[in-house]
Amino acid sequence: MFPIQTLLLSVGAIAALSTVLAVIMVIADATIANYGEVKVTINDEKEYVVNGGRPLLSTLMGEEVFIPSACGGRGSCGLCKVKITEGVGDYLPTELPWISDEEKEDNIRLSCQVKVKNDIKIYIPEELFNVKQFTTKVASIRELTYDIKEVTLQLIEPGEINIKAGQFVQFQVPEYELTDEEVYRAYSVASNPVEKGKVELEIRLVPNGICTTYVHEYLKEGDEVVINGPYGEFFLRDTQRDVICIAGGSGMAPIKSILLDMAEKGINRKVRYFFGARTTKDLFLVDEMKALEEKLPNFQFIPALSEPSEEENWKGETGLITDVVDRHMDSGDNVEAYLCGSPGMIDACVKVLTGNGVPEDLIYYDKFA
Amino acid sequence: MEATVLPVAIFFAAIFTNNILLANYLGMCSFLSVSRELKTSLGLGAAVIFVMATTTLLNWLVYTYLLIPLELEYLRFIVFIVVIAAFVQLVEMIIERVSEGLYAALGIFLPLITVNCAILGVSLFMVIRSYDLLSSFLFGLGSGIGWTLAILAMAGIRQKLNITRVPRGLEGAGITLIITGMMALAFMGFSGMININ
Repeated sequence: MFPIQTLLLSVGAIAALSTVLAVIMVIADATIANYGEVKVTINDEKEYVVNGGRPLLSTLMGEEVFIPSACGGRGSCGLCKVKITEGVGDYLPTELPWISDEEKEDNIRLSCQVKVKNDIKIYIPEELFNVKQFTTKVASIRELTYDIKEVTLQLIEPGEINIKAGQFVQFQVPEYELTDEEVYRAYSVASNPVEKGKVELEIRLVPNGICTTYVHEYLKEGDEVVINGPYGEFFLRDTQRDVICIAGGSGMAPIKSILLDMAEKGINRKVRYFFGARTTKDLFLVDEMKALEEKLPNFQFIPALSEPSEEENWKGETGLITDVVDRHMDSGDNVEAYLCGSPGMIDACVKVLTGNGVPEDLIYYDKFA
Repeated sequence: MEATVLPVAIFFAAIFTNNILLANYLGMCSFLSVSRELKTSLGLGAAVIFVMATTTLLNWLVYTYLLIPLELEYLRFIVFIVVIAAFVQLVEMIIERVSEGLYAALGIFLPLITVNCAILGVSLFMVIRSYDLLSSFLFGLGSGIGWTLAILAMAGIRQKLNITRVPRGLEGAGITLIITGMMALAFMGFSGMININ
């Protein structure tokens, strides 16, 4: 046989075989693997009609419901757990390493492994339902101190966000001089949750910080910013205990949001807010806090300076924030505490609070390193 | 070489004397990574038995009725791989559709063995040794069973290893390979019985 004929014959044979197999696969995909339209019911209230046959995680993502996942659906991180009560079979061997016995009783499944084949019912934490990506526009940038800026973002699409006071969002930093890929940084929301159309962030300049440098040096009013959220377990618990808030620097943000929320809802619990700064130059929003004291009769704002100079003529509390808190505490029995600041400050404050009898599990904090 | 060995002999030889894993050292990757638990190993083993037996049959038909008449025997590598891949994917779809239980026990392992070299190896050996249809099928079946036997033995040993002190540098793949070597030595004890090479 001539080489050219051999060549054509080989190519032809492979092509024919591949075609036959491909046709079989296409037919199989359209018949055997076609599960038609199925209904996903989330938390008994929202229903989505989707094409069946794909893993739950990616199906939900297609409907813009984001379940946290670190591995992107390969079943190697175990984060994408959801509760499924109807419409799925037994546990798969690929799920079992991640599921404890209690979770099994509670029908918790790994959403990247479970495939949607029939109508199914799932339950996810309400706040996950809320996690979305928002396109926003910078409405204003205000200098709170020499190194802290308040950035107000006007939401464009979607136009509203449901936040629990104290939660945080992630800020997407686009590529620029300091980073050659998009990065995300978490910032607590400082605004009042009833103002659903905007998000206020307080961002302190960290030398060479990717996001803080971007915000302080590059971001201008009118720029587009993408955020996602809200996230976090840092919000006011519904109890009758006295509240102690401790913050430093831009840790003001979530506490301010919580206080505004309390004023809005008329929650009149006893609140003492200790705010630590070095000098008067580091103090900000003092007038707003004084105004809140008018609205909330049981609220007391206690700013403390650690290094006030003579000429500042500071009349308030002085000393390290931990010492100031320690001086004001009598008994911690009926207290719950909310802290926001540097990890060092939080560790020191937790020590002082527990030393004064505040139960450790009632001390809530966001540690932003 | 003409196949003069009895098909039944081929079947047993594939399990013991010419174990695809222990004598030919094929199919090592899934053997090393999935042999941690007895139950998972059994599931994977069952999938391998099924796929080996059926693809060997399929590839024999393709080889005999397509490649030989066209004198395209040298294309067998690429053709066998494509046939195996397509077939395994098809089977996975079917299992997923018809039986939830079977899918959980066996189906999820199928993508894992699509590219298992032992599967391709069996098809290629079948050609080299010029087996007929029945011998090929039994050879595939036996090889699958032999592979399963090896992985089950390894899973059993590894469960004991969990409560044993292993030198740090040998933990994981290191000690597993050494044990595999010892198992291969042990299986050499069978080698006098039948020879199909």
